[in-house]
Amino acid sequence: MDTSKAISAKKPRRITRTSTLQFLLRGRAFIALILVVIFFAWTLWPDFLSAENIAIMSKHVAQNALLAIGMTFVILTGGIDLSVGSIVGLTAMIAGMLINNGISIPALGVIVYPHTWMILIISIIIATIMGSINGIIITRFNVAPFIATLGMMYVARGFAGLLNNGYTFPNLVGRPELGNTGFEKLGAGEFLGINYSIWIMVVFALVAWFITTRTPFGRHVYAIGGNERSAELSGVRINRTKVLVYMISGFCCAFVGLIIASQLVAAHPATGQTFELNAIAAVVLGGTSLAGGRGSIGGTLIGAFVIGVLGDGLVMSNVSSFWQMVIKGTVIVLAVIIDQAQARMQERIALQQQQELK
Amino acid sequence: MSEQIEITVPIEVSSSPDGIVLRAENITKVFPGTVALDDVSFNVYYGKVNVLVGENGAGKSTLMKILAGVEQPTSGRIFLEDKEIHLRNIQEAASHGIGIIFQEMTLCPNLSVVENIYLAREVTQRGVLIDKKIQKQHTRELVRRLEQNIDPDAMVGDLRIGQQQIIEIARALAQDIRILIMDEPTSALSTTEVEVLFRVINELKSRGVSIIYISHKLDELLQIGDYVTVLRDGRLVETASAADIDVPWIIEKMVGKNPAALFSRTDHHIGEVLLKVEELTLPRAGGGYIVDHVSFELHAGEILGLYGLMGAGRSDVVDCLAGARPAASGRILLKGQPVLASTVSERIRTGIVLVPEDRQREGLVQSMSVADNILLASLKRYLNRFYLAPKKEKEAVKGMVKSLSIRVANIQQPITSLSGGNQQKVVVAKALLTSPKVLMLDEPTRGIDVGAKSEIFEIMSNLAQEGYGVIFISSELKEVLAMSDRILVLSKGAITGEFSRQEATEEKLVVASAVGHGLATSAANQNGGTNKNGHK
Repeated sequence: MDTSKAISAKKPRRITRTSTLQFLLRGRAFIALILVVIFFAWTLWPDFLSAENIAIMSKHVAQNALLAIGMTFVILTGGIDLSVGSIVGLTAMIAGMLINNGISIPALGVIVYPHTWMILIISIIIATIMGSINGIIITRFNVAPFIATLGMMYVARGFAGLLNNGYTFPNLVGRPELGNTGFEKLGAGEFLGINYSIWIMVVFALVAWFITTRTPFGRHVYAIGGNERSAELSGVRINRTKVLVYMISGFCCAFVGLIIASQLVAAHPATGQTFELNAIAAVVLGGTSLAGGRGSIGGTLIGAFVIGVLGDGLVMSNVSSFWQMVIKGTVIVLAVIIDQAQARMQERIALQQQQELK
Repeated sequence: MSEQIEITVPIEVSSSPDGIVLRAENITKVFPGTVALDDVSFNVYYGKVNVLVGENGAGKSTLMKILAGVEQPTSGRIFLEDKEIHLRNIQEAASHGIGIIFQEMTLCPNLSVVENIYLAREVTQRGVLIDKKIQKQHTRELVRRLEQNIDPDAMVGDLRIGQQQIIEIARALAQDIRILIMDEPTSALSTTEVEVLFRVINELKSRGVSIIYISHKLDELLQIGDYVTVLRDGRLVETASAADIDVPWIIEKMVGKNPAALFSRTDHHIGEVLLKVEELTLPRAGGGYIVDHVSFELHAGEILGLYGLMGAGRSDVVDCLAGARPAASGRILLKGQPVLASTVSERIRTGIVLVPEDRQREGLVQSMSVADNILLASLKRYLNRFYLAPKKEKEAVKGMVKSLSIRVANIQQPITSLSGGNQQKVVVAKALLTSPKVLMLDEPTRGIDVGAKSEIFEIMSNLAQEGYGVIFISSELKEVLAMSDRILVLSKGAITGEFSRQEATEEKLVVASAVGHGLATSAANQNGGTNKNGHK
């Protein structure tokens, strides 16, 4: 009886300790971000927190964050999209080709030069179609997402090279007489002193957050990742949802491809190589489970910032690029280890609640 | 591991004069914030079936896990033949001859029967190569001993749930054990398979193996058990010899409730034909039919029971009706209108909804909250234009939680934090929110405690009263008989009997369920089994 008294006396303290730890674990990505920022702000004072540096870093973050937002949808369903980097490259090349070469229609003997707006829309549509092909291969032909998108990664990269025989489309400024100028504004333009790409990221993040939390589609995405069979028997249209998810990923890739091509005023076929890995890293760092069903857009955004700030901070600190890789890799694996610890803890808390309710 | 030629169980005479082989003394187990076991003492008698019974959350699983080395007690001691032992993990327990069959199946579906049985204790030649021949031979003997016809090389994933359970049992038998813990071993077994299992248990007893047996099926406990220990809220209520007690006694000790209230059936008015199924057919991949030209009618306000052995096609019939089997054919009429919809989501919209058999695999999304699970099938009803309206969602969920009395602290808590019975109610709530006309419940009472069962029956009864058509599947004869207005019996995919509430008896159902199995002995066995049940 003494033991049981001792136990009940200890109980409240145990719970507070558990919930503090849980709070820290839940907010781990955010805490990591703050620590990284403080560390570099301190060691690189005052350059790191200068306005120009923040602007540059934000631009870097924006690209990865856009891809990671699309990737979050895919990973939430339990899938993966390895083709994003290649679709980024392909979109850039398509935009470059349309500006410099136009669309030649041999039957009429003419070359059509679309307006810049049309070029953006065509590129975005093609990238989204590439995503839908991923989705259709995965759902209709029952191919594992890893394989389907691995295939697409090669195919899209190959097409990116074919468009100009492996060469860059340079000087994408268009010609006034053809009405296709102004492409470079997408990368360089500013609104309220902030680069367009950052605004695009903000808008995408808000829309994605809204979709994941407040629409039936978003709920279905989580349900499929959590238990596909249950979702199906609840009337969720699995195939349609999955195809849409890969289309969203392709759609996000298109913007990144266009932004990069515009910033460089050139389209290189190797654009976006290995971007998929950074995007996956941001998603995972943000607490989204690779098994699906668990995660958030907010987390992904923070994950993208951690990776971006860490990367740029290390460059500014003159850390060798090899050490940068070592550090990034360690951080990613560490994040997943902590993620597992949190999942275990949550399980225990769930168990505890179950016992309390009896 | 050394070679085992014979599958034998070491017979060690118990050193205890009182016949107790394992003694757990004053076991307390505290989880953060809760006491799962409070000063419980439990004796395991040599060569006997020691039954542990209690509602979900009573602590029997915790106690069992402690005895199997999966969990460690916060305080208390365990003695094996008067020597104190410490079980730090499942391997240590195994080294003391304590084996366990888990409730959740722990087989690898991607491996064969043999590979599963010898997983992590492969028989090897010179410690390197797996001796497939011996393993296979032993597996064959084990399977034969369990009176099953299962190919040792079959993939476990291809087997029925009942057969998988048999393999799980075979795996425990393949070890040298003297204490075997069985956690709900019969929850997926048909009556025939249960009979076989009981013969094996008796054989083990005669070899001196002590058995700790956990089940929710109370008749079964009395049939097989020697000693019955009842737990409630983590405390020991009473231990008695099975010969001295009956089912009402157990229920009373478990819940302190009058057992007559278990099947609550309010009178309900049976209306006109709601659902008409004609020539429902589902071909089997290898030829023949899983569902063999099944035709029946369901009236509004009627509870239609579907009974049959495992694999008789009961679940397949309702799966077909729910739209989960694209290969199915046949005509379905709802209120006289042909149902053309073929996918699950379309069928749900026409008002035909299934509460699936396997709660964990098909009913719940474990990563989601209680509220999100309840809403999953009917999100479109809670929209403001195109986005979800949290207020409407919350109202709907709260309404369901209240009307089904789902016990939750907070509707946003994870679904996994609920007990089995409450999880089942969440699945039912999800189905009801779609405002169905026909509700199909496939084994809604499997693996949930007596209190929750009675609540599920009450819900069914109320639904019938409100004019829903209810199709109810259960492997338990008593449940089907007590709850149904009419009973259809299936065997090998075809309807082999139809009984009104008045004419139905256990014997009639069992005989009808054995039709087409061709073996007179099988039917006789079945009869023998139920008669035994009847006499208890």
